[in-house]
Amino acid sequence: MIDPELWSLFVNAALVNNFVLAYFLGICPYLGVSGRLDSASRMGAAVTFVMLIASLCAYGIHQVLMIMDARYLELIAFIVVIASTVQLVEMFIRKTSPALFQALGLYLPLITTNCAILAVALFQTQRSYGFVESVVFALGAGAGFTLAMVLMAGIREKLRLGAVPDMAAGTAITLVLAGILSLSFMGFAGIGGQT
Amino acid sequence: MAEGLQEVAPTTGAEQFQAGLWRQNPILVQALGMCPVLAVSNTAVNALTMGLATASVLLASALVISSLRRIIPAQVRLASFVLVIATFVTVTDMLIEAIAIDVHRALGAFIPLIVANCLILGRMEAHASRRPPGAAALDALGMGGGFVLCLLTLGSVRELLGNGSLFGMTVMPAAFEPWVVMLLPGGGFFALAGLVLLGRWLSGTPARKGAGP
Repeated sequence: MIDPELWSLFVNAALVNNFVLAYFLGICPYLGVSGRLDSASRMGAAVTFVMLIASLCAYGIHQVLMIMDARYLELIAFIVVIASTVQLVEMFIRKTSPALFQALGLYLPLITTNCAILAVALFQTQRSYGFVESVVFALGAGAGFTLAMVLMAGIREKLRLGAVPDMAAGTAITLVLAGILSLSFMGFAGIGGQT
Repeated sequence: MAEGLQEVAPTTGAEQFQAGLWRQNPILVQALGMCPVLAVSNTAVNALTMGLATASVLLASALVISSLRRIIPAQVRLASFVLVIATFVTVTDMLIEAIAIDVHRALGAFIPLIVANCLILGRMEAHASRRPPGAAALDALGMGGGFVLCLLTLGSVRELLGNGSLFGMTVMPAAFEPWVVMLLPGGGFFALAGLVLLGRWLSGTPARKGAGP
């Protein structure tokens, strides 16, 4: 049985308040890696994975810092611990599962300082989610990022066959596409409840 | 990102400063640090605060890292940069909270997120860690200035069209119908696309194939 409240948290993070299209987080990889479908979906998987780890770390750090009464250290602790944990996990995966490393490898170090990752940690602390809620929130945010990424990659693969004015090629046309996607995602407002 | 960073080495200090303002403008040309640009540019005040906060973190980190460049070992340089940047961001966050609590509330989590702004880390890696403090500060000032200008333009346009006001004061005639879309996330993307197009048209730079980083 899935708790309906957790389900709504997931839908909210994935669709209604999509990280890329509603909060503008992780725009850099979104614009950079969304050129091809396969690299986009791998990037999405890697981001979801790192978000999950970051969320677990952030939960632990928050608990420790609350005990120490040192909340001003939160930001510094988050970024350093998340970055080093991802490095460790990368080494671990390389040793134990070369296939998974092949799939994620290149993108893992790239996304450690991605703002979407840090945002998961910050949001869950601000909204004081519990352990299970944090994990569900991270999964939802990752799913939303992957969805936005795959949608954009699909459109851009089609776009390669079309004639784009020279002036607009690259960043500008991608931004316009993202704007249209963002407007269409607003149709999800109303499902999933309030955050 | 690599394309944006292979710049012609500027010879004089003034040239270095100007590079960030226009020729190598972080947002229009290099497409770096987009997330805060889009997220907080719905009003001019928010945009200005965010721009100034980012620029001051950039300047302070550039000075510190450039002074420490011979001490920081190459293997752990990224971690050290992040530590320095995170320290200054925490300071800035507390400063804004003390000075303007309303703006602080409106910006929410986006001030701590300056840490993850790839513009800052990019400048540290490409520039501040390789030059003396004077040159690094000039570069940071130029880049920061270019960033503030872009954010302010975007924030003003979005507030003007979406709300009919500028810095909270109504300037449009009463008959003006606000374009609500400009305040929504989608409007941010459209406005930035327009700004990038305008920048390209003004400078006559040929478009690059593929998007930025």
